[in-house]
Amino acid sequence: MKRREFFQFKRAVAPPSTGLKVSRRTNTGLDVYSSSWNQDDLLHLLRRVTFGVSKGDVEEFSGLNLEKTIDKLLDTSVVSAGEPLNHYGSRLTDPDVKLGESWVKAPFNPTLEGVRKQSMKGWIWSLALNQKPTAFGKMLLFWHNHFAVEMRMVPSASAFYHYWKVLSDYSLGNFKTFTRQITVDTAMLYYLNGRLNRKGAPDENYARELQELFTLGKGPDSQYTEDDVKAAARVLTGFTINYRTTPFSSIFSANRHDTDDKQFSSFFDNTVIKGRTGINAGMDELNDMLDMIFAKEEVSKHICRKLYRYFVYYKIDDNAEANVIAPLAKIFRDNNYELKPVLKALFMSEHFFDSWNRACVIKDPLTHSVNFLRQFEVKLPSASNIETLYQAFVFGASYTAINQMDLGDPPSVAGWEAWYQLPLYQRSWITSDSLPKRNELQDYILWIGHKIGSYTMKVDVWDLTKKFSKPNDADQLIDDAIHFLLPMSLSAGQISTLKNILLPGGIPDYNWTDDYNAAINDTYPNHATALQSVTLRLASLYKAMMNLSEYQLS
Amino acid sequence: MKRRSFIKTAAASSVLPVSLNGMSLRSYQKGSLLSALSKRSAKDKVLVLIQLNGGNDGLNTIIPLDQYAKLSKARSNVLIQESSVLTLKSNKKTGLHPKMGGLQNLYANDKLNIVQSVGYPQPNFSHFRSTDIWMSASESDEVLTTGWVGRYLNKRFEGFPEDYPNANMEDPLAIQIGPLVSLAFMGPEANMGMAVTDPSSFYNLVDNAVGDVPSTPSGDELAYIRMLAQQTNEYADVIKAAANNGTNKSAKYPTGVRSNDLSEQLKIVARLIHGGLTTPVYMVSIGGFDTHSAQVDDTDTKEGSHANLLGQLSTAIEAFQDDLELLGISERVTGMTFSEFGRRVQSNASTGTDHGAAAPLMVFGDAVQPGIIGNNPNIPDATTVSDNVPMQFDFRQVYSTVLKDWFELSSTEVKDIMGADFNTLPIFKNSAANLEDFADFMTQINLRSVYPNPSRGHSTVNYSTDGGGVLSLSLYDPMGTRITEFFNKPHQAGEHAYRMDLRGLKAGNYIVQLKSNLKSFTEVIQVL
Repeated sequence: MKRREFFQFKRAVAPPSTGLKVSRRTNTGLDVYSSSWNQDDLLHLLRRVTFGVSKGDVEEFSGLNLEKTIDKLLDTSVVSAGEPLNHYGSRLTDPDVKLGESWVKAPFNPTLEGVRKQSMKGWIWSLALNQKPTAFGKMLLFWHNHFAVEMRMVPSASAFYHYWKVLSDYSLGNFKTFTRQITVDTAMLYYLNGRLNRKGAPDENYARELQELFTLGKGPDSQYTEDDVKAAARVLTGFTINYRTTPFSSIFSANRHDTDDKQFSSFFDNTVIKGRTGINAGMDELNDMLDMIFAKEEVSKHICRKLYRYFVYYKIDDNAEANVIAPLAKIFRDNNYELKPVLKALFMSEHFFDSWNRACVIKDPLTHSVNFLRQFEVKLPSASNIETLYQAFVFGASYTAINQMDLGDPPSVAGWEAWYQLPLYQRSWITSDSLPKRNELQDYILWIGHKIGSYTMKVDVWDLTKKFSKPNDADQLIDDAIHFLLPMSLSAGQISTLKNILLPGGIPDYNWTDDYNAAINDTYPNHATALQSVTLRLASLYKAMMNLSEYQLS
Repeated sequence: MKRRSFIKTAAASSVLPVSLNGMSLRSYQKGSLLSALSKRSAKDKVLVLIQLNGGNDGLNTIIPLDQYAKLSKARSNVLIQESSVLTLKSNKKTGLHPKMGGLQNLYANDKLNIVQSVGYPQPNFSHFRSTDIWMSASESDEVLTTGWVGRYLNKRFEGFPEDYPNANMEDPLAIQIGPLVSLAFMGPEANMGMAVTDPSSFYNLVDNAVGDVPSTPSGDELAYIRMLAQQTNEYADVIKAAANNGTNKSAKYPTGVRSNDLSEQLKIVARLIHGGLTTPVYMVSIGGFDTHSAQVDDTDTKEGSHANLLGQLSTAIEAFQDDLELLGISERVTGMTFSEFGRRVQSNASTGTDHGAAAPLMVFGDAVQPGIIGNNPNIPDATTVSDNVPMQFDFRQVYSTVLKDWFELSSTEVKDIMGADFNTLPIFKNSAANLEDFADFMTQINLRSVYPNPSRGHSTVNYSTDGGGVLSLSLYDPMGTRITEFFNKPHQAGEHAYRMDLRGLKAGNYIVQLKSNLKSFTEVIQVL
């Protein structure tokens, strides 16, 4: 299928008025997408499910059908994250950790927690940049947004790393177990005051968010009461932080636990959680409570709605609710809250590939920055120079933070507004402040480059250009570049504007061909000037495409 | 990364949004727009550059009637019938393409100055390289990463872009109607220009429209981003204000949707200038001049693609000048055409012409000294496919003149920007020399004869200098590559002769150039 026919339609199609074809609203659901599986479909999938697509990523999936592609995307066995490293050793002495070594098991050290957190942020960013082509990275961000913890509120960087490790372990695992583990996670016990929650002085903070944000949500069918919050807080009494271990850990302190029975409301069928004593009391009661909460269909619907907003579109209409959310939630429940079957059903669905739902997600800041660097295959410093490497990571994290996503420090326990706040949702990523900054990173890395010692983070436009099918053919190059860089086709006017960059004033196409050939072959007498001129025009072409509003979408 | 670095790079792609948005700086909150507008001086001068993309065929634009017989031999299939050529007031030797009635009027009204055979030594025949040379004002074999306008603006507006916009300069330093900002506007620190993609994006901005988007979720999001993109351009407000404050008055602009893209662009420029924008430099462009084939209609050489382009150019410039006069701002504005090169003397078999060297350049406006600078090009008796119009004036002489006489820079400042001293030309009324003086001045040296011609072995050049001074004599091949410099030495006033050794040269036409530091003369010599 040709690029121009990029969108495929379940139902009747209206004639196109612009580069985008217009379709009528469709009623697609979770039926497996059955149209012939092509490159555009693959690109759509990878754009949504990963942090940006390199040519190499596309290669990895060549020859795989839809199902095998999804299986590969959900295969986490290839993921090995490693641990964040000491990148500060030449500036600050760490008595416990050498430069280049992991600090995650090191003792708490008030003077070093700040730089360790910086290392953590850079490392988180690097996970996205160095993602294997799987859904793992994107799901990590999903969970960091869902089970949000602000690192700045957690004194210990190691504790935050442990929280991140839980996110990693369960990113594509069992959501119910995940919820249990996060409930007793050290960083979470800091952040939502669980450590202070004890018999006689309950702290309801976590108990509330567990229901309101983490499981049941605030949908119309989520009818838990204030008394349920109070009862849940009493269930969770006794979990606190053990400061005597290295690093700090979570612990259940039986003598801080409220051993009375906990009565829940009619929403929970008047369930009573039996008060228990002893060292296992907390975990037993927590398990009972999670059984009670997870018995409510709202949990599965809440999570599926969030997944839908994250991967498909932020507006959930009646069709999506009936034909996507409801059956997806059922799959979730039927599979005892395992995540992979849910994601597989969503990613294989005709709804996911529906033309109506393409190119309508505004890239979040992490996806935007990483996507650009991956598309253009910007090289990282050698891993042997840990300081330079981490400076590059921290630069990436800082830039993402300037663009409204401070990795490790979401704005609140509810996560980033773009994924929950009516009515703007994802549109809140795009402001008169953030949109120029999005372009600045690209300007900077494309034209000038970020220098760290002898390393420069800079785009070499040839890395990508040489992978296109016929770059010495201007029309083909533009077509390939649109296809690869943008989620939608462009209007004839936009294409002619782009072509004017390669061939100003409508000069014949062979001028581009001749110059390109001279630029890649140093036996041509005009090789040097052609190389300079062609390089400049390629950068201008790509920048013009990235300046398009279309580039903000995926 | 430092804020400063962001800004520097950001400005490099400041493009007015809508279909393209490269904006990168913050929105600038103005104090009082009206008070700012009223502070503006009517004496703020504006330069409007009109780029003819593709390489304009100068010999069919400004037609050397005294060479007509030779032109008939060299390019009969594209040559305009002599009787159709438009005549110029008190100038029998030179005429205009029949479609350039508008420019004929401008010339008759003393608003047009034509500089003959503008080019540069060692011409490059690649569109891109030659365009870069013109934009950057570099030597033929030199790569400069800044543009001549950018270097000028950098000198005039210190500290850009960090401290801009500011109370003294709220407006863009340069505006280009086009998808990207030209190399000409690139300064040492940042690109000094902003781009308005095309006229429709300009009107979208003014009307708060976002262009066509489909009625899908994707289209909804796209419209939202485009709307934000418009708001984020730091100059969007001043441009909208100027557009709303300004108007067009000329009835000479062609009507109909996009019937003349260049006039659409110039119309916007006039409106913005009238609306109070103090931007000193604009660049507009018209493409299609790369006329390798079907430059003229087979049956009528005054029709065809090149004729259409010249017609659009002429109509657009006439309407623009008329508009400026009706709006009362014509004394502030000078316009100048340029193209990356001219075309070959000899036409090809497909009624077209191939990439060439020097070509005429036009400067128009109230301030110009009307007339023609330089002589008609010398056309060889017998041409080959390689023959080019040799350069009489370096394009950097024209730029230097604009900087010195229009923007009123000192010679030292001009030299800083241009990298060397280039003798200025009598383009403007306030230029140091007037046209007649310049004509006298040109006679101070004279290439009297080259004999024998055609030659085999040796030929003697007879020349004279009235005032004496350093003269050089060089030989170029038809593509403009210098083969040898015979001498470069001081001369006494009087008559001189030099015997050139032409042995070993391949048969063909060559160009003999006699040059002082002020002026050059060329003659074509045929080696047998």
